[in-house]
Amino acid sequence: MDAIILQILNGLDKGSAYALIALGLTLIFGTLGVVNFAHGALFMIGAFCAVTLNRLLTLSHQVVDETRTDFLGNPLKVDIPYVQDLFGEAAGATIIDWSVPLAILFSIPVMIVIGVVMERGLIKHFYKRPHADQILVTFGLAIVLQEIIKQLFGANPIPTPAPEVFRGSLDFGVMLGFDPNAIIYPYWRLVYFAFAAIIIGAVFAFLQFTTFGMVVRAGMADRETVGLLGINIDRRFTIMFGLAAAVAGLAGVMYAPINSPNYHMGMDFLVLSFVVVVVGGMGSLPGAVLAGFLLGILESFASMNEIKAILPGIDQIIIYLVAIIILLTRPRGLMGRKGVMED
Amino acid sequence: MFGLGKKDVTLFLIVAVMALFAPFILNPFPTDSGLAQFNAGYPDLMQRFVIFGILAIGFNILFGLTGYLSFGHAAFLGVGSYAAVWMFKLLSMNVLPAIVLSMVVSGLFAVVIGYVSLRRSGIYFSILTLAFAQMSYNLAYSVLTPVTNGETGLQITLDDPRVLGQSATADGGIPVTNLFGLEMRSFETLDIGPWAFQFSVGYYVAAVIMLISFYLAIRIFRSPFGMTLRAIRSNQNRLYYTGLNARPYTLAAFVISGMYAGLAGGLLACMDPLAGAERMQWTASGEVVLMTILGGAGTLIGPVLGAGFIKYFENIFSKINDQVVHGWVSFLPDGLEDFVVALIHPFVGKGWHLTLGLMFMLIVIFLPGGLVEGGQRIARRLRRRPAEEPAKSASTEPAE
Amino acid sequence: MSKTTLSRRGLLRTGAVAGAGVALPTIFTASSARAFTNEPTGGSVTLGFNVPQTGPYADEGADELRAYELAVEHLNGGGDGGMLSTFSSKALDGTGIMGKKVEYVTGDTQTKSDAARASAKSMIEKDGAIMITGGSSSGVAVAVQGLCQEAGVIFMAGLTHSNDTTGKDKKANGFRHFFNAYMSGAALAPVLAKAYGGDRKAYHLTADYTWGWTQEESIKAATEALGWETIETVKTPLAQTDFSSYIAPVLNSGADVLVLNHYGGNMVNSLTNAVQFGLREKQVNGKNFEIVVPLFSRLMARGAGENIKGILGSTNWHWSLQDDGSKAFVKSFGTKYGFPPSQAAHTCYVQTLLYADAVQRAGSFDPCAVAEALEGFEFDGLGNGPTLYRAEDHQCFKDVLVVRGKENPTSEFDLLEVVEITPRGQVEYAPDHPMFAGGALGSCNPGA
Repeated sequence: MDAIILQILNGLDKGSAYALIALGLTLIFGTLGVVNFAHGALFMIGAFCAVTLNRLLTLSHQVVDETRTDFLGNPLKVDIPYVQDLFGEAAGATIIDWSVPLAILFSIPVMIVIGVVMERGLIKHFYKRPHADQILVTFGLAIVLQEIIKQLFGANPIPTPAPEVFRGSLDFGVMLGFDPNAIIYPYWRLVYFAFAAIIIGAVFAFLQFTTFGMVVRAGMADRETVGLLGINIDRRFTIMFGLAAAVAGLAGVMYAPINSPNYHMGMDFLVLSFVVVVVGGMGSLPGAVLAGFLLGILESFASMNEIKAILPGIDQIIIYLVAIIILLTRPRGLMGRKGVMED
Repeated sequence: MFGLGKKDVTLFLIVAVMALFAPFILNPFPTDSGLAQFNAGYPDLMQRFVIFGILAIGFNILFGLTGYLSFGHAAFLGVGSYAAVWMFKLLSMNVLPAIVLSMVVSGLFAVVIGYVSLRRSGIYFSILTLAFAQMSYNLAYSVLTPVTNGETGLQITLDDPRVLGQSATADGGIPVTNLFGLEMRSFETLDIGPWAFQFSVGYYVAAVIMLISFYLAIRIFRSPFGMTLRAIRSNQNRLYYTGLNARPYTLAAFVISGMYAGLAGGLLACMDPLAGAERMQWTASGEVVLMTILGGAGTLIGPVLGAGFIKYFENIFSKINDQVVHGWVSFLPDGLEDFVVALIHPFVGKGWHLTLGLMFMLIVIFLPGGLVEGGQRIARRLRRRPAEEPAKSASTEPAE
Repeated sequence: MSKTTLSRRGLLRTGAVAGAGVALPTIFTASSARAFTNEPTGGSVTLGFNVPQTGPYADEGADELRAYELAVEHLNGGGDGGMLSTFSSKALDGTGIMGKKVEYVTGDTQTKSDAARASAKSMIEKDGAIMITGGSSSGVAVAVQGLCQEAGVIFMAGLTHSNDTTGKDKKANGFRHFFNAYMSGAALAPVLAKAYGGDRKAYHLTADYTWGWTQEESIKAATEALGWETIETVKTPLAQTDFSSYIAPVLNSGADVLVLNHYGGNMVNSLTNAVQFGLREKQVNGKNFEIVVPLFSRLMARGAGENIKGILGSTNWHWSLQDDGSKAFVKSFGTKYGFPPSQAAHTCYVQTLLYADAVQRAGSFDPCAVAEALEGFEFDGLGNGPTLYRAEDHQCFKDVLVVRGKENPTSEFDLLEVVEITPRGQVEYAPDHPMFAGGALGSCNPGA
């Protein structure tokens, strides 16, 4: 029982990452009709926003410490961050410690700008082009973006820890009456889950309850008619692209402490998030979220040894297997509309 | 001639001549010159050009004609390779049975995957094929290791049975792949002045098979079957109304295209008897898509050009290191030399992915029809000036 | 139609000319007793450095390339000579190899066996490389080793830790200086037993492919021999990035040690996840919960940041070693590049020197002569104490380091401290040991 609860918890957590990425992908697809293969790269850039802010905060000047030596036997140069000079040692250290949450504020404008520039500079010219061209050009862009990041930050993962207070884990099992250590869960992952829920809720509320959202939803349903009504749907769609980029970026920032960011993390998530979007049904926001959580939970269960004993290697293929089964039983995914991306 | 139209004969002959003289065409620079770095006329790369050409031609039969975008084509390539290597391990080192088996196995594989995936269309079809291919890759890498040898790839060893051949050669080595005694890896070098041209047996075997595949592809494109496939692409519903069920036709196209991929996989194993699981990864499937679209989907020659383009980048640009760049610009004054090297550095060697990505974007943005369209534009411009040479541009014209 | 016929006739004519050209006897004018692939004829010799330049191991590949460039510089008499002065064999004198200037070409393995073979082939066929070396994974090493065997050139493996490289996939033309999973187990187990006690219960998370399996098998065997119990072994997919669902059940399994048979990005992520779950602050069976990473790489460990503190593992070499060879190498590498070399850089540098020395001693570039010179070669002064290149399987036998993540690092390179230098005698095994059985070297292939 405790093992099952644990894996559901795990699945929700994994699923929230999938759902966040798939949400952004669906926003772009639903509004602009563009298949964005660079979306994984946006997620990756988000994570590197956290890295960059961390680097900025730890910008240092070197002080030579005569008492210690470096690997060549020369006096050791110790890095002292400017932040510590400015705010004093303790306060400076705290600011650096909180660099990931601070990066949320930092990343939102950065990601919106990147998104808008991308849409105005490149994607705009591809609305009328075939989906294959969109895939190709965004895929090229994804390669270019990740190679730039690689040249700037190297290929190895870069540790980006969560603030001290969020390290360690919560003993969930004790609250539910199980033995200690039966169900433990890291604080930061709980934060991630809550954060994802808030973002998803905010996006839905935005589309549901604001005039802007209403127009965008109308545009998603019938772009031409909205245009005929004299509404400038293009500008709103540009903003939506920026918003989707910000969602992907935020997912990336918060993910940085869970797995140290590296330049190819976007590609690792790309295929998976496309599967999520398609399983959810192209263009359906609730579908994307639902599919994200569903696949997350199933993936967690598949990793249990008890299940692998019956079906060896199931954890390697579970996502794809589920995708095949769902697509064969429900032709347009869980909540897809008819006629979207079927030709 | 050969049942082809006049235009197609010209196209075919041009491809044949290019394939035949590839060792010359691809080696334009003398061996000792600094530009020799850009020569591509060595056996391995030439083999790759034609083999991936076959793969792209096959992919184009499905995608170019029916519009079904398979994102899992690499699975057939991998299955073909595994089948071929197993043939080398169990039967003999002759490439013929290996090629036949790789086509049969990949064909069967394609029937199963195609039957299931073709129940959906559009992106749902793409994701289904992607899912099958990724499942194959993941399983081949881990659980199926007894069959595929997982991470290290399936290789031939000294203690394989090889019932029709020999387990080991007289001097204790592993026998080499051959076509009735003609060794795939043997080659002759022809030195003319400062140039060295390599003629490889393996390359010519692969090139002949590529020409046969190309010929068959032309026939398919021009046949009533090809017309039906195009009709599926333009309007499947209308086809239904004429009382034609599209599914058997698309399935046939899918299987043919899968067998082409299997053939390419088998040939890869013939030239170099190893089959690795990475051949089936989604990035490999993506590469096929890129080759086809980059060259010009739906055209006959485009996919071959696209395949050559990508393989050239992968093998030539990745080998340019700083030392080489310094060699090129050594005539410049020191400070300037370092500056130029620093400028080029991010784009070559370990940065070849960046260059490739930029090239993709540029081609897709400015040449929506791929390299073929680029060729057409150049041809059109040339034609506009001296109006008397119209036939020369045939090579770049799409076959559609 | 007439146009077509014309071009066809033209084609036949040129074809005939080319055919006549091929018939000219211009090939293989061998000067020595026996012809071999890519025999160097001019005043220089070309080595092929095949390292991952793209993909997740690109940084490791870049470090290997730095080491190769340094080795070439030293072989050609440049720089401070590095380990040439400490190497026990004095055959090399800084005038290249056998008087020929050493040149090199580079290629990108992409950490894929296919791509690695393609780039090795291009170095052999196009650039005339006489020796191929490098790589950062066992899959690539085994694939390229097989290729070099077929092509008839020597392969000096880079970083490859799987037992198979010199076990069931060993080849006559391939040589490995790096240590292997068996040695990790043999070196690590006694230290683990000493540090954590003899009655521990271990839980293995293992990367689900060949290297992971051999490592799990080796560590399991070595620890169980010292009284440990293995509670469970779980395979994880290679493509996994989030290990939470594998780590979450560990605490409740009754195990008190977690062994992570992961490398590279897998290792960074699984270790980070394990520490996030707070495993290291927990008490199980009345003991502190411990995590072990049998194969440590300093370069990759950097990605795990603070999480590696106090964690035990093994490594082939570390820059803090104080023998003359290591000091000389760290000095010349550090002076040139500004940071200390990694274990991958060390093994690649040493392999290049060993190859050059073997050619010099054999007096020929013939791969068979070189192989003969390397087989059973005893040497010292290259950083791991007295070392033997065993003739039976082409594996180097030398001291193995057991290391621990440092608690108070002084710099970003100072992440590991050497806990114990396990003497060579303790990690040796018979060539027909069951974990290495099943393959044969075959006979050396000079190619051509």
